[in-house]
Amino acid sequence: MLAFIIRRVGQSILVLLVVGLVAFSMFNFVGDPIDNMLGQERTAEDIARLREQLGLDRNFFVQYFRFLQEAIQGNFGVSYRQGRPVTQILLERAPATLELAAVSGILAIVFGIALGVFTAIRRNGLLANLIMSGSLIGVSLPTFLIGILLIYVFSVELGWLPSFGRGEVVTIGGWKTGFLTESGLKALILPSITLGLYQMTLIMRLVRSEMLEVLRQDYIRFARARGLKDRAVNFHHALKNTMVPVITVIGLQLGAIIAFAIITETVFQWPGVGLLFINAIQFVDIPVMAAYLMLISVMFVGINLLVDILYFFIDPRLRADRSGGH
Amino acid sequence: MTDTPIAPPPKSRLRLALESDVFYTFRRSPVAVISALVVLVLVLSALLAPLIAPTNPFDPASLNLMNGFTPPLEPNAFTGDEFLLGTDDQGRDVFSTILYGMRISLFVGVAAVTFAMILGITLGLISGYVGGWLETIIMRTADVQLTFPSILVAMLIFGVAKGVTPVEYRDQMAIWVLILAIGLSDWVQFARVVRGATLVEKNKEYVQAARLIGRTPGAIMLRHILPNVLSPVLVIATISLALAIIAEATLSFLGVGAPPTQPSLGTLIRIGQGFLFSGEWWILFFPACTLLALALSVNLLGDWLRDALNPRLR
Repeated sequence: MLAFIIRRVGQSILVLLVVGLVAFSMFNFVGDPIDNMLGQERTAEDIARLREQLGLDRNFFVQYFRFLQEAIQGNFGVSYRQGRPVTQILLERAPATLELAAVSGILAIVFGIALGVFTAIRRNGLLANLIMSGSLIGVSLPTFLIGILLIYVFSVELGWLPSFGRGEVVTIGGWKTGFLTESGLKALILPSITLGLYQMTLIMRLVRSEMLEVLRQDYIRFARARGLKDRAVNFHHALKNTMVPVITVIGLQLGAIIAFAIITETVFQWPGVGLLFINAIQFVDIPVMAAYLMLISVMFVGINLLVDILYFFIDPRLRADRSGGH
Repeated sequence: MTDTPIAPPPKSRLRLALESDVFYTFRRSPVAVISALVVLVLVLSALLAPLIAPTNPFDPASLNLMNGFTPPLEPNAFTGDEFLLGTDDQGRDVFSTILYGMRISLFVGVAAVTFAMILGITLGLISGYVGGWLETIIMRTADVQLTFPSILVAMLIFGVAKGVTPVEYRDQMAIWVLILAIGLSDWVQFARVVRGATLVEKNKEYVQAARLIGRTPGAIMLRHILPNVLSPVLVIATISLALAIIAEATLSFLGVGAPPTQPSLGTLIRIGQGFLFSGEWWILFFPACTLLALALSVNLLGDWLRDALNPRLR
């Protein structure tokens, strides 16, 4: 097991190094950093001096190594557009995205599993069928249209909920939270539904199909024969055995939620990292793009690694297989 | 010579197609027939846009600013002109902009999927047939890319490519950059499926026979293996097309796709969103419905095709 974990950590580091290379190449090949830093009135000496100062005259690998050194310390340079350190901007914006992602993630998991179990148990019920057909539309509806639809119904027509922004925020130790004010909570409702809906339908359909598979097994029939209550069979025996694939998908979807937050944040003008990234693309703000890329890859790779390691603790069969086979 | 049995006349290709299993399941599935009809109507009206559209939305001479914000099927308060689906802020007929927008959406979608398909098939065939370090590099790259959602990959490629193109060409190049970005974000699926199928096919007798008679690896891959791995590719291509159309719309909606001078359905929705609050719902509503109909029917068609071509499900 230890060997497996070490191998997976090694692979993860390799992936991060490759992504780092991509981010570094963005700096190198998209525009000339000298152009971005020096004004119109520059001389050849100025350029040469700055090149030397920045280490741009060194070879590619030395530069890449220095980039990695700086990146590990969280230094991605200065945003071309805002003129401030990228790390500072990202940290300011991160709470908004993390809060939105957390709420949508919880919504997606809770409702996804509940509806999945429900539609599996009442397989031929009218309500279950209705939910299943509804989920098909939910999967093919683009996220931004769901957001616009919600804005139209709840903000424009009914006027119940705000259509953009975070509402009032309270700052606690540098973390701006919207959880503590009424307007902050209200502003959270529509974006988190928009962001979580797709993930919810995904989890729901997966839980349903896994449940249907498990409910056919002999041990379920045996548990029923023993006279156990439906509730005990459904939740204790069946749901527990569907959890391995479900946790994989949930883990991977957590990363996807952060990435898809880009779309939701744009629709609702939510002041998070995603909106920052979209603006960076529009204005070709390379340092911000590179930093966002690195940030999100660390997150994705970390989650992947965690999910793989979690398997060992959830599924005893896997442990037995590995130690026997290898 | 006279007693040779009379062979039945050879069937035409059309007859063969009409009598095939696939066409039979197609006729039996109302969802597939309806989706195919919707796709056909939308594609035809996009292709024939210059003939169908009442006005050319990109010709400034045909526009009258006084016609701005005309509701659907109501005469304009100033000019008395009537428009089927209303007009936008600049007096452009919404119906015409949808027709022209759909051309761009479809063009980007089809071109991006074609690009992804060619790239994916090539890399998949090479890594499956040749193997070795080439396979390791290609499939590792695919694994890394698969870790990230494709829309994110497309955004990054779009951003970098935009940075590389000179400022004065950015709007002109935007459509091509978009195709490149969506295509590059989507090749992995094709490569994986083709590689898997190639690994199975390359050990079969017909491939060994081809090798024995001295055909080159390139010819074996293209002429012998490729035709036998095409049916899963076709299914992925259809589903990818729906995803590519949605990806294009999403990127354009976010403002990192088709420019306002060449609006796709996504760009039209982006423009329409601004007028939602002031009550001009039709500028957003009709392009959104068109996008939905297009994406949904292509998607359903892909689902049907997957079931029809999968022998295990029959």
